[in-house]
Amino acid sequence: MTDDRAKDRATRRDFLANTARLAGGIALASVVATQTSRATPATMAAAIKKVVGEAPLRKGKVAIDVPPLVENGNTVPLTVSVDSPMTAANHVKAIHVFNEKNPQPNVIGVHFGPRAGKAAFSTRIKLADSQKIIAVAQLSDGSFWSDEADVIVTIAACVEDLQ
Amino acid sequence: MTARALINVPAKARRGEIIEIKTLIAHPMETGFRVGLNGALIPRDIITTFRCTYNGEEIFRAEFSPAIAANPFLTFFTVATATGTIAFQWEGDDGFSAAESAPITVE
Repeated sequence: MTDDRAKDRATRRDFLANTARLAGGIALASVVATQTSRATPATMAAAIKKVVGEAPLRKGKVAIDVPPLVENGNTVPLTVSVDSPMTAANHVKAIHVFNEKNPQPNVIGVHFGPRAGKAAFSTRIKLADSQKIIAVAQLSDGSFWSDEADVIVTIAACVEDLQ
Repeated sequence: MTARALINVPAKARRGEIIEIKTLIAHPMETGFRVGLNGALIPRDIITTFRCTYNGEEIFRAEFSPAIAANPFLTFFTVATATGTIAFQWEGDDGFSAAESAPITVE
């Protein structure tokens, strides 16, 4: 009789433990499933390489203007400007912006001509996490220049699902 | 599909002056990475390209990614060369297309 009860208790304990383990497993699985892949510094470097190729990437000339700390990652004001006379002989052809931790490394690519007058643009971007942003400018003489900025994001974009 | 677009171009400019152009267009810019009510991913729906022409000549072009915030806002510059029209065109997923234009008088 006491044996039976002990056995019963053991199975109940086992059952509870197993249930807990199972529930934990399901929770873990769903967390893993909802987490989307992210760009990494490596994929960002690959995306930059696609634009720059084998040419050397120098620091300077480019200026990123972005708030160092933003509350809402869904709209982050971003201004990129390049120090250039913007003449037919010497102008900025394109500016590409990259990030480290959004799902994709590319943010925006803009193309100018000598008629732009000023190599600068402003927009609003989404940031999924606190991360580094890199802007690369392609000049008409074929050289590439870059600048980077770190942004701290308190409420990330892309994480809030419609639930 | 039509979308509401706001553009800001100075009505008058002196020849050779650098003018600022501001554009804003209503668009959700759905990234394709968010999960909807049924647990399935919401398909991507973004504007992919923006193009600005001044009297038919391209002066500025941008390629957007899902990392551009909803209702894309863009400002850029150009040199006022001649009286005419500045035209704007947006194109995106699912055949999205929108166009706007603004007159400019250069004296």
